[in-house]
Amino acid sequence: MSKVIGLSGNEAAAYAAKQSKVDVVAAYPITPQTIIVERFSEYVANGEVETEFICVESEHSAMSACIGASLAGARVFTATCSQGLALMHEMLYIASGLRLPIVMAVANRALSAPINIHCDHSDMMGSRDCGWIQVFCENVQEVYDWIIQAFKLSEDLNVLLPMAVNFDGFTISHAMEDIKVLEDEEVEAFLSTRKVKYKLDPNEPMTFGALMLPDYYFEAKRQQEEAMKKAYEKYIDVVKEYEKLSGRAYNYLHEFMLEDAEAAIICLGSTTGLVRQVAKKLRGEGKKVGVLKPWLFRPFPSKEVLKALENIKSLAVLDRAISFGAPFGPLCSDIMATFFSEGKIIPIFNVIYGLGGREITPKEIEEIFNLALKTAKRGKVEEKVKFIGVRE
Amino acid sequence: MSKLTWKEIPIGGVIPKGGTAIEYKSGDWRTFRPVIDVNKCVNCLICWIYCPDSSIIRLEKHVDVDYYHCKGCGICAEECPVKAIKMVEE
Ligand code: SF4
Ligand code: SF4
Repeated sequence: MSKVIGLSGNEAAAYAAKQSKVDVVAAYPITPQTIIVERFSEYVANGEVETEFICVESEHSAMSACIGASLAGARVFTATCSQGLALMHEMLYIASGLRLPIVMAVANRALSAPINIHCDHSDMMGSRDCGWIQVFCENVQEVYDWIIQAFKLSEDLNVLLPMAVNFDGFTISHAMEDIKVLEDEEVEAFLSTRKVKYKLDPNEPMTFGALMLPDYYFEAKRQQEEAMKKAYEKYIDVVKEYEKLSGRAYNYLHEFMLEDAEAAIICLGSTTGLVRQVAKKLRGEGKKVGVLKPWLFRPFPSKEVLKALENIKSLAVLDRAISFGAPFGPLCSDIMATFFSEGKIIPIFNVIYGLGGREITPKEIEEIFNLALKTAKRGKVEEKVKFIGVRE
Repeated sequence: MSKLTWKEIPIGGVIPKGGTAIEYKSGDWRTFRPVIDVNKCVNCLICWIYCPDSSIIRLEKHVDVDYYHCKGCGICAEECPVKAIKMVEE
């Protein structure tokens, strides 16, 4: 039995973590994530959860404490963004390298300098190779659903990798929505308690974080990459099981009007809702456009992306981050590699948008669709990387 | 011992037992070895506390060195209040 309650993205993350019965939360507040930590500390103060809440002095310490707790076999949650995520950077690799399940909510925000507290994806994109599973949410409902699913995937004994649940800062973190939540018992049955392979235990001492020089480091990393493959397989089982419970269907990708589309936009996060709306309007005008939203970003669902875009003649890839000096933005690079590696050559162009919280307008999205349609006709890209919404 | 493949090593580089540093011969790293003048040593155990490698062995009247692990950092020689430890090139 689900009920409907009004929550912001941050509150939904805290609520989902509470229902997931986390054993340890170690976190440091940072805008726009602060409310997650605030709300969770209230749950603890009110005795609504039996969670060990660790107030730390920085995000680096937050991730360190999470690593220690996860090693001890605890279910662990934290939240951060932007500079805070950057400060965790070193520890992100340790969490994944030691194969520790940890769930982290990331209210995506731009990185300094210049100082900016608003949304873009440069924080998580800067950490995209850190060995964490990553999903991007479109709205508050997805934040709630993904935090719960993340524990299941992250803690699976064949996976054992930390997982970041991304959602756009302010746009989602501070927006209040009516969302459907599960009963506590339903979440409990879905997640059960965390099982462990190896853990810190004084009665059975083990060595964690040992030295692995040229003799074994490579093997450990190769094994870690294999865990990503396992995560990719397990992912679909988790979303199917969650669908049975919640009635909400997730997949690798959300496909919208793609069957007969000539041109499509692919993008992450909250922007996709608006893009679909514009696509609908253009469909009304007889223009064959579609939208693709990947939920899963790491491991990247290449096979599914290719399948979903099988009949597309031109594609615009929206990136809310710059990969400085690279040929394309981070998402576009993955898309290019995905297409090229299968010998599929279609005109693809990259659109950089929305940095530091700059809004993208329906008119601009319409322009992108029209450009993609034009590109489909010409069969050739005019401009490889476009900056939309910046003053020229 | 033959080397294990990536499929064979325990996940996350875990060594599923404790105290494994005992088996690691860090003494191999040494360029200088601490040599204790047992006549000078007053058995104050300052070196025992300071040694980062737990390589000072406590004896009844004076201390000794576990050369299997001592990596020759020289901290013990520096800290000994009666200058009973000399660092000698290997
Ligand atoms: S030289 Fe360093 S490692 Fe060796 S016994 Fe002295 S303090 Fe310990
Ligand atoms: S510090 Fe010097 S005097 Fe004290 S126990 Fe060590 S060697 Fe002996």
